Amino acid sequence: MKQFSSFVRKEFYHIFRDKRTVMILLIMPVLQIILFGFAITTEVKNVRMAVFVPSKDVSTEGIINQLQESKYFTLVEELQGSGDIQRIFREGKANLVVVFSENFHDNMLHTGESSIQLIADATDPNQALMLTNYAASIISGYGMEIMNEANMPLQIIPEIKMLNNPQMKDAYNFVPGVMGLILMLICAMMTSISIVREKETGTMEILLASPMKPIYIILSKTTPYFTLSIVNLATILLLSVYVLGIPVAGNLFLLIFISLLFILVALSIGLLISTIVDKQLAAMLISGMGLMMPTMLLSGMIFPVESMPVFLQWISCVLPVRWYIEAVRKLMIQGVDAVYVLKEIVILSGMALFVLSASLKKFSIRLKK
Amino acid sequence: MLIAIQTENLTKQFGSFTAVDNISFHVLRGEIFGFLGANGAGKTTAMRMLCGLSKPTSGSGEVAGYDIARQPEKIKKNIGYMSQKFSLYEDLKVWENIRLFAGIYGMKTPEIARKTDEILHSLGFASEKNTRVKSLPLGWKQKLAFSVAIFHEPKIVFLDEPTGGVDPVTRRQFWELIYQAAERGITVFVTTHYMDEAEYCNRISIMVDGKIEALDTPKNLKRQFHADTMDNVFYQLARKATRKSD
Repeated sequence: MKQFSSFVRKEFYHIFRDKRTVMILLIMPVLQIILFGFAITTEVKNVRMAVFVPSKDVSTEGIINQLQESKYFTLVEELQGSGDIQRIFREGKANLVVVFSENFHDNMLHTGESSIQLIADATDPNQALMLTNYAASIISGYGMEIMNEANMPLQIIPEIKMLNNPQMKDAYNFVPGVMGLILMLICAMMTSISIVREKETGTMEILLASPMKPIYIILSKTTPYFTLSIVNLATILLLSVYVLGIPVAGNLFLLIFISLLFILVALSIGLLISTIVDKQLAAMLISGMGLMMPTMLLSGMIFPVESMPVFLQWISCVLPVRWYIEAVRKLMIQGVDAVYVLKEIVILSGMALFVLSASLKKFSIRLKK
Repeated sequence: MLIAIQTENLTKQFGSFTAVDNISFHVLRGEIFGFLGANGAGKTTAMRMLCGLSKPTSGSGEVAGYDIARQPEKIKKNIGYMSQKFSLYEDLKVWENIRLFAGIYGMKTPEIARKTDEILHSLGFASEKNTRVKSLPLGWKQKLAFSVAIFHEPKIVFLDEPTGGVDPVTRRQFWELIYQAAERGITVFVTTHYMDEAEYCNRISIMVDGKIEALDTPKNLKRQFHADTMDNVFYQLARKATRKSD
């Protein structure tokens, strides 16, 4: 116990005496949450809108005028056929396409209802959600006007269609993403670098020649990063609840349990990296390129997994962080029961078992050499 | 006299390469034993086996009365080890390094505190107690590393090229520390490339291509090889080597 506490104390000295490490570990999560959090709540302005009107009449003119008058929407193109819709999104000329049904005005007068379709590019789901909501409220405002004039019950039904991200993941997707990223960074990257540093400086040799058991060396090297991960987890959750106002919809204990499971996986990965490489730089590159990049790009943190090419979706399946982010999304934002995250729990447990046993095996082989 | 280290046909193979080839020798308690050899001769591998860091392929050995293959944990408790790389933590203060390693060897806090002051005082480092090791000159670091390696009063201390890159004056001072330790009964097992240092040892062995080619006191070795310096003795043996140095 004395061995263990002496060693853990030393690890904390290493961390807190390196100002850059402290900055990364404690300030980055806060910055990320704040930056992401406020970056997504930007107003909807200058939305480029295209319209497709099969048959022009009073109402279609009226609605288009109202949308333009709102200052949020600018008409960029009148499409000639429904085939143009894909094209205009691909070319990036419009963020929103408004499609009127045929004989819009007549239908409204005769059947009492008429439909209109709002299509948005949901690669940025928050933006897409916001601008379709704006447009829908303007359109229903127009419907009310007509109804009052005509003095009969009329209805315009705006149908909203999201391209590229049909599930329309919640606007606060990034919080689970940041959690995954930060935990990965601290547990895997920092742990592997700190173990490899001991190899590089030669102190590992001294430790192995000491009566301290290798398993205790590993435990005491991981303890501080485990502690810091918990601190960061708490920071992120508190910030998202009290600063960004995102409630934890599901079971908090289950969320913590899954996070601990993910921390275990990440620590094991860090350990595995540290048994493979001998230089800090190599450890940094492997965890940077091999973990951080895929975490950011393929985990669904920024781009929804569903809209990736199938090949990349397969790759994302082997990333523990993908499953973690998915589970956190479900628990934190959708507030589902434990049953619905069972799959993620099983996958993460399996990964933990696999990576941990692989790295411990690798570690003991190295010792025997 | 008691025997501190002894080996019997100790061998270590990596695949088809025999790094240490059937070495048998013994070291007496309180002796300063020089373990010489060109780079790649197998010194470090042999030393790692003696420290319980590596298991022998065949043969046997005892260190401080414990079997190197079966009781490495017992051995580790009874030895001190200083490697060729500098082996303290640079971002820790002098006393923090001492406390860490003393803690790892299971010493009690009051004992650590008392002995820290005692050692720093005798090294003339008392004023540097709170200095981070990073800012000490290399010679001081090496002396400190040695003091840390014997802080827990091990029976045997293993020194792997402890004076590499250190100036002659500091090397001389370093050897005074080694003599002091030996006088207290600590057996010193040291590898070096400096032949003047070999002369300071009670007995030396010279390894060539994994085998011990010569083992005696410096005086007898010089007589045996008709040489007037250890340098010459070493050269006569080492040039027979067929193995490339790494």
